[in-house]
Amino acid sequence: MNNSSEEIDQGRRGFLGAAAGVASMTLAPGVLLHTIASADPRSERVTDAVRYGMLIDTTRCAEGCTACVTACNQENGLDLQQMPASMDPEKWDRQEARWIRKIKLEDNLTGRVTNLPMMCQHCEHPPCVDVCPTGASFKRSDGIVLVDRHLCIGCRYCMMACPYKARSFIHAEVEEKLTLAPRGKGCVESCNLCVHRRDNGETSTACADACAAQGHHAIIFGDLKNPESTLSKALAAMPSRQIRENLALNTGVRYSGV
Amino acid sequence: MAKALLRGSLISLGLAGALLALAVQAAGNNFVVTGSQAANEKSCVEPTDFMRRNHMEVIKHQRDETVHGGIRSTKHSLAGCIACHGAKGPTGDLLPVNDERQFCGACHDFAAVRLNCFDCHATVPTEQKGAIQIGW
Ligand code: SF4
Ligand code: SF4
Repeated sequence: MNNSSEEIDQGRRGFLGAAAGVASMTLAPGVLLHTIASADPRSERVTDAVRYGMLIDTTRCAEGCTACVTACNQENGLDLQQMPASMDPEKWDRQEARWIRKIKLEDNLTGRVTNLPMMCQHCEHPPCVDVCPTGASFKRSDGIVLVDRHLCIGCRYCMMACPYKARSFIHAEVEEKLTLAPRGKGCVESCNLCVHRRDNGETSTACADACAAQGHHAIIFGDLKNPESTLSKALAAMPSRQIRENLALNTGVRYSGV
Repeated sequence: MAKALLRGSLISLGLAGALLALAVQAAGNNFVVTGSQAANEKSCVEPTDFMRRNHMEVIKHQRDETVHGGIRSTKHSLAGCIACHGAKGPTGDLLPVNDERQFCGACHDFAAVRLNCFDCHATVPTEQKGAIQIGW
């Protein structure tokens, strides 16, 4: 009896010693933070050890493909929206909430056409947050810009301030919504980088997955702060730009080939 | 003066009556819908008395933790309430929370609480990847 408890104690000492060794070895570069964060992402508070972002390679974004838009709509329940019976379809087309738009750019001089998906750019200095009078628009510490719909009063100031037309307003009551994406009349919403997936510790977004499944691989999602992430490596390897970079918002979404 | 006193005591009598009615309902154990998961549990996520009085504070705290901090694992969750307390229809699926047979709606009606969580939140928890994910 004594012997076995002695063995256990020995074992514990050994284990604790090893653990302490690991901690001191990895404390410096913030790797330890990553390790802790991935232990149980659902119960860990988000930190600024990461900043989520995307790179969109417009040379790979195909004309006519809307896989990212469809996937986003399904993931976030946007496809459950229904046009109010009395509404003019043209008006509905302008008012229906959209988190991604496919944009077509044409160079007036050369005629070169570029297709690109456009969504909330998750600005480091978001104008939507600056102007929001209630604190409903906010930036999480991991860089995701969100609307806390419990606080939103529907003034739409953020929609006026956003240079990317990224935000939508829900004009009518919504019958059906998903548990992971509540939605209601009188609130503003926009792309949240699949925040439910982030909090679950998953490593991609619905749009990036759908694009890859089509074989285009135009969207790379990842952590801008981790130099080892696929995203950081891609950004280091190819030239990219921010849309409206003159506004100095330091967007989390970057585009190459524009 | 005497009139006011009389009215006061009548009102408090009325209040006591209403509370008694609540208590009788509670004693009959029909604060939990038959056939729900909650009906088979010994207690709620906190002691029942605490939950009766404070469930709104608990959910409100959790909502801020979830939206701003990304914490979705705790035992306090609106989707969790519905999944556990929700009554099931003849097909075995959870009934919408605003169905009159349901727990939230029935009690809130009784207490004249205008319930609007479900103007935005799904009225039945959607299942995701095989399991109900509590904490949204
Ligand atoms: S793109 Fe628009 S909605 Fe998104 S963070 Fe920037 S200003 Fe806000
Ligand atoms: S609409 Fe809502 S999120 Fe936008 S500025 Fe007004 S209160 Fe803030």
